[in-house]
Amino acid sequence: MAGAKEIRTKIASIKSTQKITKAMQMVAASKMRKAQERMSASRPYAEKMLQVISHLAKATPEYRHSFMATEREIKRVGYIVVSSDRGLCGGLNSNLLRRLVADVKERQAAGVEPVFCAIGSKALGFFKRFGGQLISQATHLGDKPHIEDLIGTVKVMLDAYEAKEIDAIYIVGNEFVNTMTQRPLIRQLVPIAGEARDPMPYHWDYIYEPDARTVLDALLTRYLESLVYQAVVENSACEQAARMVAMKSASDNAGNLIGELQLVYNKARQSAITQEISEIVSGAAAV
Amino acid sequence: MAMTVRVDIVSAEGAIHSGLATMVYATAEMGEVGIAPRHTAFISRLKPGDVRVENEQGEQEHFYVSGGMLEVQPNVVTVLADTAIRARDLDEAAAMEAKRRAEDALAGQTAKFEYAKAQVELAEAVAQLRAIEKLRKMKGR
Repeated sequence: MAGAKEIRTKIASIKSTQKITKAMQMVAASKMRKAQERMSASRPYAEKMLQVISHLAKATPEYRHSFMATEREIKRVGYIVVSSDRGLCGGLNSNLLRRLVADVKERQAAGVEPVFCAIGSKALGFFKRFGGQLISQATHLGDKPHIEDLIGTVKVMLDAYEAKEIDAIYIVGNEFVNTMTQRPLIRQLVPIAGEARDPMPYHWDYIYEPDARTVLDALLTRYLESLVYQAVVENSACEQAARMVAMKSASDNAGNLIGELQLVYNKARQSAITQEISEIVSGAAAV
Repeated sequence: MAMTVRVDIVSAEGAIHSGLATMVYATAEMGEVGIAPRHTAFISRLKPGDVRVENEQGEQEHFYVSGGMLEVQPNVVTVLADTAIRARDLDEAAAMEAKRRAEDALAGQTAKFEYAKAQVELAEAVAQLRAIEKLRKMKGR
């Protein structure tokens, strides 16, 4: 029965692993719902801002902020890489970083130098291992990221852009398609793309306090920060979804393993019993 | 029925308030403003302070904002509230902090991005995941 005992302990240990993965799966599911809520809660702010900004841009065409479309030759680009803080979420971060590496390689071939900003421990760890000019970072944002934790990180990038040290800023993060699918995506942050240039149907303008420039500057910075915040929140929803799926498949695997081991255990037990009986019978026959 | 104006108070982390009002008071950059319905288009930065919304019943609701933007159109008032206290020095300090963290993290690292090495390792990780996936499929039939 020595073999049977070993199998029994193995089954017990797999069962406790399964309990852990199942718990993690359920925690991830509830966190994902909350993250999704946060994702949709942050939308009205950015939409409203974009509305005001595009109006301002049209109303005061003589003032072009450097964050808005400019014709600069692109020599150096900045990437804000949004990753998760923790692992155990399938290929989420690997896929994201792979997408980034492919993009960087393409740009380097074209003679463009990359500069990075890491959000999340996984991105930071990646740059630690592989080098790369990292100019700012923010990690351990937790499940409820706050915009305050991002202000400094984003400002470093924006300052570098204004000082013409970099000529464009991209944000790299996962897009939440649905619970099963998350797609790594590289979006252009600065210069702000896709701005309507059509003339206004009829002219009206705001009264500005103190003046259009100050208002526009403040708006733009906040708008960009909110975009980064959105990316962080979206990525956290992706992380939870990916973890949920990964933990579900881990629990399923554990279930399969237990089934197989149970079968082996039963066989071992059966053969031990058979052997015992045949020993007794042959012993009785000898007497 | 009194004339009303729609008021939305939103922050980057979520909507704070939405409803109709007969009067809105806020601390704008150049002094306190009171916005009545049909106010002309107006935009200003807000100083940290109270935003008061008076509804049709004459009750006042108070919201504290730590700064932000106030946008007024004849029939809608939008407060884009900051969730953090903003000041030039504070932002600067936060930026310095973020930079310093990055430098600390990369102490003794080369600035050269070794993408070849990175690519290999990432490809490996993804290949591993794929192999596991395939194994599972074969087992599960």
